[in-house]
Amino acid sequence: MENVSSATLHGSGHAAHHGDYLEDPKGLRSWLTTVDHKRIGIMYMWSVIFFMVVGGLLALLLRLELLTPKQTLITAEMYNRVFTLHGAVMVFLVIIPGIPAALGNFALPLLLGAKDVAFPRLNLFSYYLYVTGALMALCTLLLGGVDTGWTFYTPYSTTTGGGVTLMVLAAFVLGFSSIFTGVNFIATVHTLRAPGMGWFEMPLFCWSMYATALIQILATPVLGITLLLLVMERVMGVGIFDPQLGGDPVLFQHFFWFYSHPAVYIMILPAMAVISEVIPTFSKKTIFGYKAIAFSSIAIALLGFLVWAHHMFTAGMSLFAGAIFSFLTFFIAIPSAIKVFNWIATMWRGSISLRAPMIYAISFLLMFTIGGLTGLFLASLATDVHLHDTYFVVAHFHYVMAGSNLVALLAGIHYWWPKMFGRMYNDKLASVGAALVFLGFNATFLPQFVMGSRGMPRRYYNYLPEFQGLHIASTIGSWILASGLFLGLAVLIASLMKPKEQLARNPWGGRTLEWETASPPTTHNFDEPIALRHGPYDYRPVEEIEASEGVTR
Amino acid sequence: MGTQVSNAAAGPERSPFLQSHFTEMVQQFDAAKIGMWLFLVTEVLLFGGLFVGYGIMHASHPEAFKAAHHHLDRTMGALNTIVLLVSSFTMVMAVWSASVNKKKLVVLFLVLTILLAGAFLVVKYFEYSHKFHDGLLPGKFYTHQGDTVPGQFLFFSFYFMMTGLHGIHVLAGMIALTWLLRRALRGDFGAGYYGPVDLVGLYWHLVDMIWIYLFPLMYLIS
Amino acid sequence: MNWFRDYLLGPQSATHATEVDSLFMFIVYLTIFFFFFNGALIFYAARRWRRKSDREITPHITHNTKLELLWSLIPAVVVFVVFFWGFKGYVSAFIPPNEALEIVVTGKKWVWQFEYPDGTRSLNDLHVPLNRDVKLVMHSEDVIHSFFVPRFRLKRDVIPGRYTELWFRATQPGVQQVFCAEYCGKGHSDMLARIFVDTPEQYETFLREGDEQTRTMPLGELGRLVYENKGCATCHSLDGTRGQGPSFKGIWGHPADGSDGKNYVVDANYIRQSILYPQAVVVKGFEPIMPTFQGLLREREILGVIEYIKSLQ
Repeated sequence: MENVSSATLHGSGHAAHHGDYLEDPKGLRSWLTTVDHKRIGIMYMWSVIFFMVVGGLLALLLRLELLTPKQTLITAEMYNRVFTLHGAVMVFLVIIPGIPAALGNFALPLLLGAKDVAFPRLNLFSYYLYVTGALMALCTLLLGGVDTGWTFYTPYSTTTGGGVTLMVLAAFVLGFSSIFTGVNFIATVHTLRAPGMGWFEMPLFCWSMYATALIQILATPVLGITLLLLVMERVMGVGIFDPQLGGDPVLFQHFFWFYSHPAVYIMILPAMAVISEVIPTFSKKTIFGYKAIAFSSIAIALLGFLVWAHHMFTAGMSLFAGAIFSFLTFFIAIPSAIKVFNWIATMWRGSISLRAPMIYAISFLLMFTIGGLTGLFLASLATDVHLHDTYFVVAHFHYVMAGSNLVALLAGIHYWWPKMFGRMYNDKLASVGAALVFLGFNATFLPQFVMGSRGMPRRYYNYLPEFQGLHIASTIGSWILASGLFLGLAVLIASLMKPKEQLARNPWGGRTLEWETASPPTTHNFDEPIALRHGPYDYRPVEEIEASEGVTR
Repeated sequence: MGTQVSNAAAGPERSPFLQSHFTEMVQQFDAAKIGMWLFLVTEVLLFGGLFVGYGIMHASHPEAFKAAHHHLDRTMGALNTIVLLVSSFTMVMAVWSASVNKKKLVVLFLVLTILLAGAFLVVKYFEYSHKFHDGLLPGKFYTHQGDTVPGQFLFFSFYFMMTGLHGIHVLAGMIALTWLLRRALRGDFGAGYYGPVDLVGLYWHLVDMIWIYLFPLMYLIS
Repeated sequence: MNWFRDYLLGPQSATHATEVDSLFMFIVYLTIFFFFFNGALIFYAARRWRRKSDREITPHITHNTKLELLWSLIPAVVVFVVFFWGFKGYVSAFIPPNEALEIVVTGKKWVWQFEYPDGTRSLNDLHVPLNRDVKLVMHSEDVIHSFFVPRFRLKRDVIPGRYTELWFRATQPGVQQVFCAEYCGKGHSDMLARIFVDTPEQYETFLREGDEQTRTMPLGELGRLVYENKGCATCHSLDGTRGQGPSFKGIWGHPADGSDGKNYVVDANYIRQSILYPQAVVVKGFEPIMPTFQGLLREREILGVIEYIKSLQ
């Protein structure tokens, strides 16, 4: 391999042939210092998968504890620490960076026909911030853990012991990692689109990523300052959130959700991004309503800033404020519904191939339908008063964050896997994994809706015996879900053990630019200059496209 | 490292400052400018959170805030405002000098800007040490005796958090300016390439602007 | 379909519940309908147009403005209906009627304390009269809690440093479960209370003499209940280990050294005094931190505690 890397170093003047980005240059050091967006994306992906396993094992432990109404395995203090860590790991280390930082980093420049993101070094820096934040979060275990829940509500979080300060600082650092990714993506989309690629010729993935980045930039700083205020409150007792010192604990909730509600859309928009790529490819049909999908992404991003207080309907806000926030929340349902119908219409009269990524995408459509519609219960004032802080909410946000986001992440990983590694996994087994994930997920969380509407509050260690049946169903579901996820992971890893094959550039028949380069791509993504010959989802035969050229352009 | 170096000399007239993944300087500069503006937006929002918090606490404790702000030294505050305004001017001049290729003037104005930033921090140091001496510290460290209105420590919590965060930004600005100075001494910046000067300038103006909001908010409550 | 509603929500026990439940069920049917509607479309499409060969050519349909308008408008109409419906229910739950019976609720880690207009207090058991408007004025002494009555379909956060209100009119006699719904630490899931919905006569009797149980149960057992429920257990152990206060084990009839230097014998009067005026005699080596239970315990409950301590030999 020595000669390959030297060829790259000296061969710059010629129409250089670069090696496969995974191999060129070789060595751990070259990976740790890489500024290649694909490698950074891959490093993010493995980190995210690692933390998904960690967070998942914590979830299994929680579900196991909830098998019986009283103590099963662990103590109440331990339980509180475990659910806090599960939430923090899954939100800050898996879901928020999942699709944007892992798949986005890998795919966004390729989809745009760019050589890299706009600021490659900032990109690497953002990865190291992520690693730092992750290590800080894990170090809280050494300080006795954190038992506040991932929401850090005051005044509980300012009075309890353990590693709260460190965990909050970890979230702060992770926030900056997320901001830098957002800055990078917006600058990339603005300046590095392939020559001739207009805004409406971008793949929809890029639109969604752009919308996500907008939220990352506009909301995360507010989280940053909120968390700093919380640290100040703990360390110095500055008084802003402490009622005994003249502060207001509910103010923290407003600050927190001003970030964290938009952050929910940081979690769902990237999922929509992946689905908008997978469905046309496996339906072999152009996306239905391109502009509607693109604009609804932006609409969701912007509306997402106006709804934060719907987390506080029971905290005693004024009637008027409650009405406004409820009304605005309902508004968001509309662009989400439009997207779902557009995706289904894309499948209509297509040529549908049910490979693993498509099975995940269909799971997404079904679970996002449930996740979205159950949001109506919580947006509506009267029903939210009953359901707030019950298992209904737990089930609802798991349908959105896990059922939709994680499933979309898996769809994306399976979709781009051959592009990433130049190897194909066993599609049959991967599809079985996808089906198990769908079954297990619903078995875990459907019972939780019923528990919640019957009054089971969330974050309960002990519970009334009347809820035990539903809890047992949910725990069994979690085992099915886990077996599906582990099967999926095993199938992917097994594909890497196989000897390398000469994989086709375009195994799925996609029409976006990443399929026009080698699998895996070379270090500089594209060896030939990019010529856009068709739109991102144009499946017409070449002659037809050429004939219509005058009409569409 | 191969990835970075390999394409650096692809075109015959490629500027040595053009990174490999861009095709022309304009594109690189546009990207950097967008990046800097987005960064400034995040900065505004970061301080925005503090301003909102201050506003809410001020509204709920108007008397305490009014009483507490009398401990601040308006003369020093005003002096610092002038210092920062002048430094903004010298920063503009540094950018202008680069754009008309006067390399020596760039160095001169950067040095002036750094000195003014330092002067700001020195004045701030005297203000802080005076407050420390009087026990006017944030939160539980507040030991000042003889307050007539309760809750004055809240004002000082915000005073130190906001001016402190601003001070950190001034310090970061000085580091960035020193980096520019090093490159200016090397002769990097001229009419063809002065993006970094321009962008650090933008950042520096934001730091000034935040102070211009902080000054009346803290020193001139009436 | 009432069985379905009852399965999902449990019985309705307050006036407010009817409106919430009809809205809830409306959205349930909406969710079920759209889930099966979308699911049917997806499965139909996946079967009907399953790829048979890689050469298949699909129609190039980029959009259809009419269809897209239709599926923007339908969700819009649906969500506005749900919004107004939900708002209407919220308004009626939000504004308490004028003539409501006012009960003060204090939440603290991890108990609920209730204080009635006549000064009667109770811990974790709230008594309210049937078919009468009741308004709870709530605040917290430490962190945020939330007062949640599933069968009334009501919930309101209980916040330190401010008062929040909740009102209801119970329509079913019997006992209702109360949960703390805002996470508050180790004992969060044990921070339960019960609402006893009484007939007017029962309610009057309760205010006068305490509840049914207090009146009829054997003294020793009543004492044990008081010990467990009124917070004695936090400081006084039963096995001789030293807590914030002296253990109860084996103290009956034995002498106690007061911190004033005098000696006392633990008898009925001594115990009674310690409960009502805890600062009068403090056992040597302990802090004078016990709060008074005056007004919190009824005469019979004090007798019960005495009887219980007597039994701990």
